[in-house]
Amino acid sequence: MPEFLQHLLNTLILGGTYALLGIGLTLIFGIMNVVNFTHGALYTVGAYVMYLAVTALGLSFFAALPTAILGGLLLGAILDLVLLRPLRGADMDTTMLVMIGAGIVLQSGTLWLFGGVAKSIPTPFPDAPLQLGPVSVSWLRLFVLGAALVLIGLTYGLINRTRLGLAMRATFQDHDTASLMGVNVRLIYTATFALGSSLAAAAGALLGPVYVVFPQMGGMAELKAFAIVILGGLGNITGAAIGGFILALAEELGAGYISSGYRDAMGFLIIIAVLVFKPTGLFAKAERIG
Amino acid sequence: MSDTPILSIEHVGVRFGGLVAIADLHFDVHAGEIVSLIGPNGAGKTTAFNVMTGFLKPSQGQVRFRGTSLQGLQPHEIVRLGLGRTFQRTSVFPDDTVFDNVMIGLHRQGRARVLDTLLGRDRAGEARLRERARDLLDWVGLSGRAGEKAGALAYGEQRLVGVALALATEPAMLLLDEPVSGMNASETQVFVRLIRSIRDRGITLLLVEHDMPMVMEVSDRIVVLNYGRLIAEGPPAAIRADPAVIEAYLGHSSAALHQDGAGRTAATETIDA
Amino acid sequence: MIRHIPALALLAALAALPFALGQNPYLLNALITTGIVTIAAMSLNLLLGFTGQLSLGHIAFFGIGAYVSALTSLGFDVELVGGLRVVHEPWPPVVGFLLAVLATAACGYLVGRLSFRVRGAYFVIVTISFAEVVRLVALNWVELTQGPLALTGIPPFSLGLPGLGTTTLRTKLQNYYLVLVVGTLCYALIARLVASRFGRAMRGLKENESLALSVGINATRTLTVAAVISAAMAGAAGSLYAHYLRIIDPDVFLFSTTVTMVIMVVGGGKGTLLGPIVGGLIFGLLPVALRPVMVPEAQWMVFGLVLIAIQFVMPKGIVPGVARLVTRRRASAATAPRIPMEVRP
Repeated sequence: MPEFLQHLLNTLILGGTYALLGIGLTLIFGIMNVVNFTHGALYTVGAYVMYLAVTALGLSFFAALPTAILGGLLLGAILDLVLLRPLRGADMDTTMLVMIGAGIVLQSGTLWLFGGVAKSIPTPFPDAPLQLGPVSVSWLRLFVLGAALVLIGLTYGLINRTRLGLAMRATFQDHDTASLMGVNVRLIYTATFALGSSLAAAAGALLGPVYVVFPQMGGMAELKAFAIVILGGLGNITGAAIGGFILALAEELGAGYISSGYRDAMGFLIIIAVLVFKPTGLFAKAERIG
Repeated sequence: MSDTPILSIEHVGVRFGGLVAIADLHFDVHAGEIVSLIGPNGAGKTTAFNVMTGFLKPSQGQVRFRGTSLQGLQPHEIVRLGLGRTFQRTSVFPDDTVFDNVMIGLHRQGRARVLDTLLGRDRAGEARLRERARDLLDWVGLSGRAGEKAGALAYGEQRLVGVALALATEPAMLLLDEPVSGMNASETQVFVRLIRSIRDRGITLLLVEHDMPMVMEVSDRIVVLNYGRLIAEGPPAAIRADPAVIEAYLGHSSAALHQDGAGRTAATETIDA
Repeated sequence: MIRHIPALALLAALAALPFALGQNPYLLNALITTGIVTIAAMSLNLLLGFTGQLSLGHIAFFGIGAYVSALTSLGFDVELVGGLRVVHEPWPPVVGFLLAVLATAACGYLVGRLSFRVRGAYFVIVTISFAEVVRLVALNWVELTQGPLALTGIPPFSLGLPGLGTTTLRTKLQNYYLVLVVGTLCYALIARLVASRFGRAMRGLKENESLALSVGINATRTLTVAAVISAAMAGAAGSLYAHYLRIIDPDVFLFSTTVTMVIMVVGGGKGTLLGPIVGGLIFGLLPVALRPVMVPEAQWMVFGLVLIAIQFVMPKGIVPGVARLVTRRRASAATAPRIPMEVRP
């Protein structure tokens, strides 16, 4: 039983960051209808910015996190302005291929700049784990969980309680009507892509210190993000959040009770299963985001 | 004309969630007829076509073609039974030439197996198909355009390509979805002659159209839909005078207008618009 | 026949190439591996270019073909779930090739049927996931595949004709011509397919699906047949790869190889016959040319930038782009100068 509880706790922690990844992608995929193959690269960039901020710039751990998120925001905005805006209206294949190209450039660039050796990010937390009855958890992971929940909460607030969020929701439902109602759709697209990218960067910045940072880390993360989005339904933030936890649970239980080698395969098997049996996702109220 | 209708729409209903697109549609078409389906925009005409050709499953009721129920059949299976159609928009394969469009349309007529094709054993069959394609283009009057990209053609000519494609499937009955939209008066007249030549070859026709003069001129019978319901059915003269039809197009006050002779010209002009 | 002249000329040039290069082993090796990946690119073009299905898991077929062929010719001894022990004695590599083609054809059938339930972007994601699952299986099922330690000592092909004896294809030159022959057969197959009724059906589905259905084209059957042929061809390429390199590890399933194939097809010209070949030669040999100048990471950055640039500058690819330039030149040469309206008396 304690083993199971430990798995559950790990699920919560992992699930929080997965939820961030998934929410970011579902916003982009849902509102802009772009298959974002740079999402993994943004995850990686977030982790590396965190690394640079702490080691090279000497920032405190708690200041480095917003820096990484900001970095993701900026990079996302640039990608949209330079690559996606000129291609607005092109067919999906073209956009997808451009995104794949951009993802490759970013990942290879990271490899080129930092080398392939994995880096670890020093943290200010005590090494000794906190003992909560039968389960133990490190301070770092507790912080990650907390930060993830805060960010998810902020995103919810942004989408559901601000004018920007309202404009995004309107654009999700119907681009033409939204623009006729005075929404600056071009701005919304850029904002959406930047926001989604910043969430990916946040996930990378949070998980980077937990594991290690290496240039290829984004690849797996991206595919898992797709799994989450498909599970939760396109554009469905709540679905993505829940999907993130479901994926984490499947991975934890699969790794714990079946085989750790196939841990990463869980995500893909979920994708395939959901798409074959219920293509609209488990929570198909995809008529609205939020 | 035989007693069994070639096409029976039997109490067909279509709902999209809470929206009723078609409510209890029930009518027949007999072999050799030209029937037109008219009604204001959004009345459910294209939806009805989609149900008849297998692109949409009805929530209730069924369609029978030559006695066979079309329930659960895929579009390509329905074509094989002899029921063809054209589309309102995108009626061509845009990146291919007009000639190649028709060659694609002749898919059903070239019955070569993949293995034979791989071994190149089907030269005679291909030659026959090309001959047939030339005949079809002649029939619809597009021979002069054979080498041009279909996507570059004028809208009206694209509709003609669409008709050629439907004819290529050697149908017993054709459903034409707004065939003359985008055509001017003289092109429409040419099209009316084409429709008659199609009927002369024994093909039954069901059209959806908005062009009233053309509908009145070419149809044996007219079926009128409004809000997904059949509100009138009969020969052109009867439909023209039917108050329910006029009300559907113009509203209550105009039906009243129609009563006193003074408003008559205005009413019929508007229906014809 | 006339329209096949460029292809025939290319074939002649390729046949003579080894001798023009003085049979340089380094270059021959590059050509052989490029040729193999080009065959895989041709098969991807069948799905991507001719039917419009963006299958980004294509590497799975290649890898499965490689592993099936390798394992058939090496033999294996595994214990399955439930204690069932399966032992396979080594068979000749040629049989491995045939089994590879059959196995991948079966996989192609599954993918074809799947592409109906799942369209557009979702199809892309499913195909990528499929490739990743296969990679993870190859990595983790160590008992069968040796995992990251790789399958080594894969025997080369032996071709024999009754009465003429057998040759084992050990030299680079022999393998080069084997790849050339298989490649030419694949090209001819695709060319014939595209020109046929089946090819018209594929085009119809790609350009206007509802219209294609309305003329009686069976979408499921057409796409499935295309997927089967495409997968089988990729599997054949994988088998060639296994028996040439004689060592196979799970890296054969890396997404980066799919990306290379996609660049070859899209850069060369998707939906054209020569596109993947031109693209294959250019993007397959580009790393070889760049190697002395750039580290692999930088090469990949160049690849990524090229992929982006193509979408902006020549979205249809090199072959159609060049073809358009040629027709434009001809057209402008044919127009005589006109007298402007205002000058006429």
